[in-house]
Amino acid sequence: MITRRLLEAADGRGRIFLGLLIGLAAVVPVLNLALPATSPFHVSTATVALWGKYLCYALLALSLDLVWGYCGILSLGHGAFFALGGYAMGMYLMRQIGTRGVYAHPLLPDFMVFLNWSELPLFWWGFNWFGYALLMVFLVPASLAFVFGWFAFRSRVTGVYLSIITQALTYALMLGFFRNNFGFGGNNGLTDFKDMLGYNLQSPQTRAALFAASALALALGYGIAQAVVRSKAGKVLMAVRDAESRTRFLGYRVEHYKTFIFTLSAAMAALAGALYVPQVGIINPSEFAPANSIEVVIWVAVGGRGTLIGAALGAVLVNFAKTTFTTGLLAPYWLFALGGLFVLVTILLPNGILGCLARAPNQGAETADGSAPWPGEHGGRGRPIGRAGAGVVKREAAAAPPAAGFAQPAE
Amino acid sequence: MRVLKGAAAVVLGAALLLAASFAAVAQGLEAALAKFTSDSYTETDAAIADIAASGHPRAAALIEALQDGRLYVSEDKRVLWRDHAGQLLEAATGNAVDLGAAGTVKPVRINNRIRRSIEAALGGLTLLSAAPAKRFEAAQAVFKSKDAKALPALETALQRETDAGIKRALAEARAAVVLNTPDAKDSDKIAAVAIIRARGDQDARALLAGLAADQSESVRRAVADAVAAIDNRLAAWSVAQNLWYGLSLGSVLLLAAIGLAITFGVMGVINMAHGEMVMLGAYTTFLVQDVIRGTVPGLFDYSLAIAIPLAFMVAALVGIAIERGVIRFLYGRPLETLLATWGISLILQQSVRTGFGPTNREVGAPHFMSGAFELGGLTVTWNRLWIIVFAGIIFVLLLAALRFTTLGLHMRAVTQNRRMSSAMAIATGRIDALTFALGSGIAGLAGVALSQIDNVSPNLGQSYIIDSFLVVVFGGVGNLWGTLVGALSLGVANKFLEPYAGAVLGKILLLVIVILFIQKRPRGLFALKGRAVEA
Repeated sequence: MITRRLLEAADGRGRIFLGLLIGLAAVVPVLNLALPATSPFHVSTATVALWGKYLCYALLALSLDLVWGYCGILSLGHGAFFALGGYAMGMYLMRQIGTRGVYAHPLLPDFMVFLNWSELPLFWWGFNWFGYALLMVFLVPASLAFVFGWFAFRSRVTGVYLSIITQALTYALMLGFFRNNFGFGGNNGLTDFKDMLGYNLQSPQTRAALFAASALALALGYGIAQAVVRSKAGKVLMAVRDAESRTRFLGYRVEHYKTFIFTLSAAMAALAGALYVPQVGIINPSEFAPANSIEVVIWVAVGGRGTLIGAALGAVLVNFAKTTFTTGLLAPYWLFALGGLFVLVTILLPNGILGCLARAPNQGAETADGSAPWPGEHGGRGRPIGRAGAGVVKREAAAAPPAAGFAQPAE
Repeated sequence: MRVLKGAAAVVLGAALLLAASFAAVAQGLEAALAKFTSDSYTETDAAIADIAASGHPRAAALIEALQDGRLYVSEDKRVLWRDHAGQLLEAATGNAVDLGAAGTVKPVRINNRIRRSIEAALGGLTLLSAAPAKRFEAAQAVFKSKDAKALPALETALQRETDAGIKRALAEARAAVVLNTPDAKDSDKIAAVAIIRARGDQDARALLAGLAADQSESVRRAVADAVAAIDNRLAAWSVAQNLWYGLSLGSVLLLAAIGLAITFGVMGVINMAHGEMVMLGAYTTFLVQDVIRGTVPGLFDYSLAIAIPLAFMVAALVGIAIERGVIRFLYGRPLETLLATWGISLILQQSVRTGFGPTNREVGAPHFMSGAFELGGLTVTWNRLWIIVFAGIIFVLLLAALRFTTLGLHMRAVTQNRRMSSAMAIATGRIDALTFALGSGIAGLAGVALSQIDNVSPNLGQSYIIDSFLVVVFGGVGNLWGTLVGALSLGVANKFLEPYAGAVLGKILLLVIVILFIQKRPRGLFALKGRAVEA
């Protein structure tokens, strides 16, 4: 009952969010292109590019929120799917350079000529077609996520163990992509892109179009995520998050739900990466760095886990702060700020900004469930213990005490 | 009295004999020097051989002077040379010469043939040098040059040599020369092959493989056998070498991961700031050495001994601060703890970067940790050896602490069943804090060790953290033996994969193997059993 009310509330907020995104996609290009630079309402091309980047990050955060906030899978390797999507798009953009490269080779990208390769490797074939590249943007990361998830979830690898192996996954990919003979440009990655679908990537029109595409992709991702979490499957996912063993005992194939949501989330992250690369003009192996993936988690945590909109909001806020910090005098202190954010948000704002706003009316009820035992990784400690989605769990428990009543340890 | 007279007679006789021999030597030198004055390359060549044969104490110095163009012939056909101090001396007598009196001097000319003779002569002379290290070096040089001219000197040196190691080197050098002399007897050559085969290293193999093809059947067979034997030996040593490197890497991983294993085992907390504790330990070592260098340089060899307790304390105190200040509020929420500790690691890294700068800091090695020694075909560096010993000591101490102390008992109890321990009046909160301090302190100790083999920079911890996680996850929680087996097997596997797959690909393979392994055994190699685990 509470859940439905919350979902309805989120739905209302969701409509505003969707409207905002579609509005941005429509208005910002106009403000950028149609208005003269002197107009107070003019949006500069640099700002458009910057915010386009933020929107890609927001989609990445949204995808992570889907698995972490709704299914309790803390992936510390979501940057890998983002980067893989980016690489697939980067390969298409590389092929579009054609003879305009430094070595002017009709078929091979510059770095291959530089490495004395004589022909295009098999896995680069077909990337001159946009459709094929777009297919690969989704297919490669989703297949990886499917295979990885299938094995991990079937073996019931959970909690920190899963986090660590997702981190190992992205670390292994980073080491691989750093190698020259891996065939993706080594540590320089892919760059020097010229155009996309025939449009010059440097022109303000293309940039505005990419911005609009990013906003629409975010809206689409939000719509899909919202549809999934509101469906019956979404309820099972939340059940998995809150009491995995019990859900299994009730007859649900937990690993199927987890694999499904993990794969869907990977595809969304990949789309974000594919939109990100043409806007920043480069993709290199450092995108796979485990630190990047962990940073995504903090975006979600800041905005509010298990709220979808909060994740997107958190991504934009943290990255806006990052841009502000790292471009000014405060640059050396950015890591202090980021580190402090990790600590403070986990301690003081366990539900993020949005979670905080949502629960403000029944603050008093929070302490009511303070003593309710909850199945934790290592048994209860007489404190509220939740798994990944502690915030949402507690919110429901607080408003519906009977729920806490049967929350015995699962063994 | 008579005895005394007899003794005096003997001494006198000996002295006369010595004087006579000196005179002969001096005459030999003079005759040889005379040949320089003729200004012909053939005569100069002969003069070099004669000087070398004369056994005169100045012989080596004179030939060196010739090599450097410091040997001159004056107008009145005297041979002069300039010593390293720049003083002009008469070659025959060693007396100083006034340049004005000597008139114009011309350096003795040399060409490539002469240079070869000079080198051989010098090699021969140093073979007879009084310093054992010089003789050994000269023997090695002849082994490499295989110069037949050095053979007489080698024979003499072999007869005189008393040091077994140098004698072997000389014999090897002679064998190398014999093998490269086309007209040597087959029996000599086969004996030489046996000597080279006994040497058995890469150089010996190269020597045998590079022999001229026109050998007799029996020699060829002996050479082929020897090469095969050396190959087998080298293969065995390379396995041993890989094992050693693997053990070394494993001990480093063990040091880095063991503290993590304790905190993870007891508290279920993956402490992302663990690597930064290692870094703090390394920087403590740097500071200790810095202070020692500035105040009492004599204590430098004890710097690590001083740094060990300090690093433990620094890291343990920071650990307690983290536990009391942050982790305490996140009990039972392992994923959030992971994020918070990641934040702490960023702050610690940036603090060190602000305080010490982003560049590598120099941490020196005390003399007992520098250098290496040979063990058969194995090169063992002292610092690696000491780190393995250090890791072993820490492991044993920790094992003992967990087994025999009250704190250890409580820690094991809390690991197995937190609520039951709490019911038995164990202050679990206090145990958590102490465990965290212990785990962090051990990371600090790891930092002292790693400062000896790795760059001390703010990123030091980052490079070990993922490996440490894998070790802990691979080995299983709550069992130090699991960590030991995990660390050593990952270390050895890494080093054995490296020659086949390359360093990076080997690492990737290992990551994939561990990921697959986790699928098979989600709770590691040595998983805790019982209901308490199945939360």
